[in-house]
Amino acid sequence: MATQYYEFKPYNVGRWIVWGFFALILFLAPKVFTSSLSVTMLSQMGIAIIACLSYNMLLGQGGMLSFGHAVYSGLGSYMAIHALNMVSKGTLPIPVSLLPIVGGFAGLGFAVLFGFVTTRKAGTPFAMITLGMAELVFAMSLMFSEFFGGEAGVSGNRVVGQPFFGISFGPSTQVYYLIAVYTFVCVALMFAFTRTPLGRILNAVRDNPERVEFIGYNTQRVRYMAFIISGFFAGIAGGLGTILFEIVTAEVVGAHRSGAYLLFTFLGGATFFFGPIIGGVLMVLASVLLSELTKAWLLYLGLIFLFMVMYAPGGIASLIMMNLRVASFGFLRKLWVSYLGLAVSALVLLLGAAVMIEMVYHLQLNAAMGPTLRFVGIDLNTQSLDHWFGAIFVLLTGLGLFELCRRHYQHDWGVIQEDIEKEIKRRETL
Amino acid sequence: MSGSPDMKTAYALELKDVRKSFGKTEIIRGVNLAVQAGERVAVIGPNGAGKSTLFNLISGRFGPSSGEVLLHGQRIDGKKPYEINRMGLSRSFQITNIFPKLSVFENLRCAVLWSLGYRYTFFKFLADLEDANDRTEQLLEMIRLEKKRDVLAMNLTYAEQRALEIGITIAGGASVILLDEPTAGMSKSETARFIHLIREVTEGKTLLTVEHDMGVVFGLADKIAVVVYGEVIAFDTPEAVRANAKVQEAYLGSTVADAQAGGST
Repeated sequence: MATQYYEFKPYNVGRWIVWGFFALILFLAPKVFTSSLSVTMLSQMGIAIIACLSYNMLLGQGGMLSFGHAVYSGLGSYMAIHALNMVSKGTLPIPVSLLPIVGGFAGLGFAVLFGFVTTRKAGTPFAMITLGMAELVFAMSLMFSEFFGGEAGVSGNRVVGQPFFGISFGPSTQVYYLIAVYTFVCVALMFAFTRTPLGRILNAVRDNPERVEFIGYNTQRVRYMAFIISGFFAGIAGGLGTILFEIVTAEVVGAHRSGAYLLFTFLGGATFFFGPIIGGVLMVLASVLLSELTKAWLLYLGLIFLFMVMYAPGGIASLIMMNLRVASFGFLRKLWVSYLGLAVSALVLLLGAAVMIEMVYHLQLNAAMGPTLRFVGIDLNTQSLDHWFGAIFVLLTGLGLFELCRRHYQHDWGVIQEDIEKEIKRRETL
Repeated sequence: MSGSPDMKTAYALELKDVRKSFGKTEIIRGVNLAVQAGERVAVIGPNGAGKSTLFNLISGRFGPSSGEVLLHGQRIDGKKPYEINRMGLSRSFQITNIFPKLSVFENLRCAVLWSLGYRYTFFKFLADLEDANDRTEQLLEMIRLEKKRDVLAMNLTYAEQRALEIGITIAGGASVILLDEPTAGMSKSETARFIHLIREVTEGKTLLTVEHDMGVVFGLADKIAVVVYGEVIAFDTPEAVRANAKVQEAYLGSTVADAQAGGST
């Protein structure tokens, strides 16, 4: 189940529908979610989508596990904020809407520079070198405060110059639509890249670099070029971030950011083109909403990541595609009971785990506020043994039920896969 | 690809006193070999004789310690595999070496791209490359995998994967083809069919193949090179090699027994 990959093949009509739908979502999203928080979140999602997709060009399509992708988006951000300040001073005559392109070329330039070193190697050495490179850039960000702005960062003002057809980028919806246009174009370009000779050879390099050498391609060169293109899109994401936040601090080139790209690209699904789009959306939801909901959000995130790596290493995208395949053969209705069981038992498990996590966090952080806390409508007492045992009981019950459901599901899934194989054979003989 | 001017005068492939040592051990000990264009040469020899090492030296997987390798009269020793491939030499591998997560069609198309001049292009769609796509379809037919066109390579049967391996090897239109034990691990009937396929797809090309099955060797090859202990002890027509006392003594008897026992690695 884990090693199955299915090619996503849009037909021409289907392709128009999918892209039209994507454009429509981008257009309608701020009209449905109108609060200023949601518009900001939507803007961040667009940026995260570009960043994760550019990261997946390395991870999913090229098999390059980079631990320093934030270097390229972050340096893009820095170049864009300096360019913005030059625009403000009147020394750089470009419109604000083109700043992301400045960021893109900055990302490209640094990818040309650093990629020359990192892409000489593949696999683990590549990962290690990118890690070193990221540390290097982060250390430099603390050293050269003229460029990186030190602790306070570099700030700017995006409302400069004459409004163009009334677009001043003052209101956040205008910024959103700028980001939406960039998101659409970048996603389209990155998708187009997967359909080009270089894009396909990059997949071949991922699968079997040695063989690629014997069909005429220099694998270092393939990796290098992909790295540069990826750096360009990362830089665009960085430049958009500059316009959105109007401030750039050293954390944009930090290991945290690089880690987030990796984690959410993986969660979304690196094996399918659209996986990182899901990942980008989740990234913003987690870092804005989940962090609002609970202090332990990073812990939950880690647990989710752990579960995904163990049970669905293809990420959410591959879960979707595998179920679509089952659905296309008309077998999905056989699975809904299993899914219901899985969902309910997972909720019980989550409840038990969450209650314990929240009580532990309460003990550690909020002990001064008394022993009781309220969590999802339940009053919990960290001093009460009953509550601890109750939580453990719920947790273990959930765990047991989940395991039962999982086995049941696995069995059903296996049967259905066999049925599908039979069906395929039957269709072949027709 | 082919048709370089020196083809008339020079050998398609020539090895001059090629040596290769790993550490202190000399694996290839002064090999001389000259293969004419269009010849089919079977390289035989006991396990560990250095057949695969010889192929690795020729194809650039690693360079020789000394000596010269010439392809159509041009030096290729010390060049990178992709440079050698671009000059018209292509090889297959003993252990199936394909792109497991790409479809059969994509596997072949990847192997076609460079020879048609698409190189590192990223501003043209694959779908619009008519010559590449036609050539790929043609290859699919040649290796009889049309029905498996969109199947991922890792889901093919072993024999199909071996056929794909050959397909990838010939895709770029190389004039010199090296096949490293193409029929390894196949049943007798599969082998027979496969040899027929190899004959067909390498028509008119220079072919070097490592092969264990003696029946196949004598059926397929114009010439046989016998490698024993890092040296070519005989290079001649099958009849002459069979009659060669040195070969019989050193090698042939034992391998015929090996082959009958069905032992091939």
